[in-house]
Amino acid sequence: MQTAAQPQVAPVAAPSVSPSPDSGGRLGIGVRHLSAWYGPHQALRDITLDIPDRQVTAIIGPSGCGKSTLIRCLNRMHEVTPGARTQGQVLLEGHDVFAPSVDPVALRRLVGMVFQRPNPFPTMSVFDNVVAGLRLVAQRNRNLDELAERSLRRAALWDEVRDKLRSAGTALSGGQQQRLCIARALAVDPKVLLMDEPCSALDPIATLRIEELIRVLREEIPIVIVTHNMQQAARVSDRTAFMLAGEERVGELIEVGDTAEMFTNPSDKRTEDYITGRFG
Amino acid sequence: MELVLGRRRRLADQVMRGLCTAAGFGGAGILLLLLAHVVVNGISALSPQLVTELPTPLGVPGGGLAHAVVGSAIIVGLACLWGIPLGIGAGIYLAEYAGPGVGTVVRFMADVLSGVPSIVLGIFGYTIIVTQMGGFSGLAGAFALGVITLPIIARTTEEVLRLVPGELREASLALGVPRWRTILRIVVPTASTGMITGTMLAVARIAGETAPLIFTTLGNNFWSSDPTRPMAAMTLTIFQYAIWPYEYLHQQAWAASLLLMTVVLLINVIVRLASRSYGPR
Repeated sequence: MQTAAQPQVAPVAAPSVSPSPDSGGRLGIGVRHLSAWYGPHQALRDITLDIPDRQVTAIIGPSGCGKSTLIRCLNRMHEVTPGARTQGQVLLEGHDVFAPSVDPVALRRLVGMVFQRPNPFPTMSVFDNVVAGLRLVAQRNRNLDELAERSLRRAALWDEVRDKLRSAGTALSGGQQQRLCIARALAVDPKVLLMDEPCSALDPIATLRIEELIRVLREEIPIVIVTHNMQQAARVSDRTAFMLAGEERVGELIEVGDTAEMFTNPSDKRTEDYITGRFG
Repeated sequence: MELVLGRRRRLADQVMRGLCTAAGFGGAGILLLLLAHVVVNGISALSPQLVTELPTPLGVPGGGLAHAVVGSAIIVGLACLWGIPLGIGAGIYLAEYAGPGVGTVVRFMADVLSGVPSIVLGIFGYTIIVTQMGGFSGLAGAFALGVITLPIIARTTEEVLRLVPGELREASLALGVPRWRTILRIVVPTASTGMITGTMLAVARIAGETAPLIFTTLGNNFWSSDPTRPMAAMTLTIFQYAIWPYEYLHQQAWAASLLLMTVVLLINVIVRLASRSYGPR
């Protein structure tokens, strides 16, 4: 599974590597020569990519190019799929998240994730959904009311749900549900937020609201967003990574750079073909 | 030509529809007939004293079945005590942990177990418990009945857990919630209505079982609330009374049948009604 075993760093457990509030200009996540397999099928080949702190990094590319696999490797959610394995490194503030000492459960508290379809817990109220992460990781003695309000405000949902905190999370509209999921992810105070096509199940208005939210949140934490929608990448991201899968359906990183630069002056012909709509 | 074919097709359709409708109403009709039959025969002997009084000496009319009601409750309760946790645990294992190979084997064995005739489970209980304990007992009956609940609860639990979208598991795991807690706090609550339904149906099923108890609990004409000794049960008492040559006992057997059927029906109805409500209050 593991290649070069680095000189071992401390396990990435929530207390030992607590988020430093003033990490401006630092690296959020560094991906180093990352390859991934699902059973015998290779899904990613040799990806090296920097995700800077407090910026939005968009990952674009056609279906099946490994965008989702890449983003899921960042918080080891790929391991949920049986038979998945990786080679290479993903560095979170210098610590290799694949190191044997790292507990994936602890890692995921630091690297939050929002999924393609809004997935609030159906048995829980709006309030319970927001604080679910805190309750379920058994952190007691915290002011949940205050935290729920703060998280909902960060997710730009507070004003819409302040009067229905006790009603079912699934009773909200699709866009509200997705912001609820964002609030839920933010409530555990992650250091990085991953968004896997967060707007693909939403209407244009709800999409705009999420995009506004992304622009606000980038002041606080690094965000990685996978998107099918190139306009969306252009609207919300600082940097864009373009991925493509070749003949053998193995995803590779074609190029990565400033979003403005990528969309006006791509350095690779394939990027240009993709963003001008010649394929994909 | 086409017109003629169309007419034939329509006729065939109507015949098919008619046969299926008849079969549907026929099935429901048999249930109604059965209900009516039991009600007509049992209603006259149904009285409060049936569940509050003990049997009179044989041949003396009167008395009731309190010993059987209590015995059934104790035996079914004890069966649930071990059958429900084990069944739910097995269901969770099948849905959440089992690999494809082992899962298929366990699932197949559960399906075979649910097809084993209940009299065989009674004999099984006899050899495992009765011969070991040196006598018939409520515990042996509870063991046999629990075996019946196992595959029912395990398979329904597995099926309703599978209906919980994988996205919810992922949402929880991505929050840094451990797998075991994700299962207990997210997956199981989401499927709880279905799990309760399956469990209650299993309880209703064993409440009406007679065969497994014949070899294990034996029956008792006297008050016994000690599960290490032979106990009375509704079904056993119905069976006994029905073959004894006393008209008043036949009457009580009918009334007991009515009572038992009402309880089972009520469980079913409550389960159906309860499974309509869903989500947080």
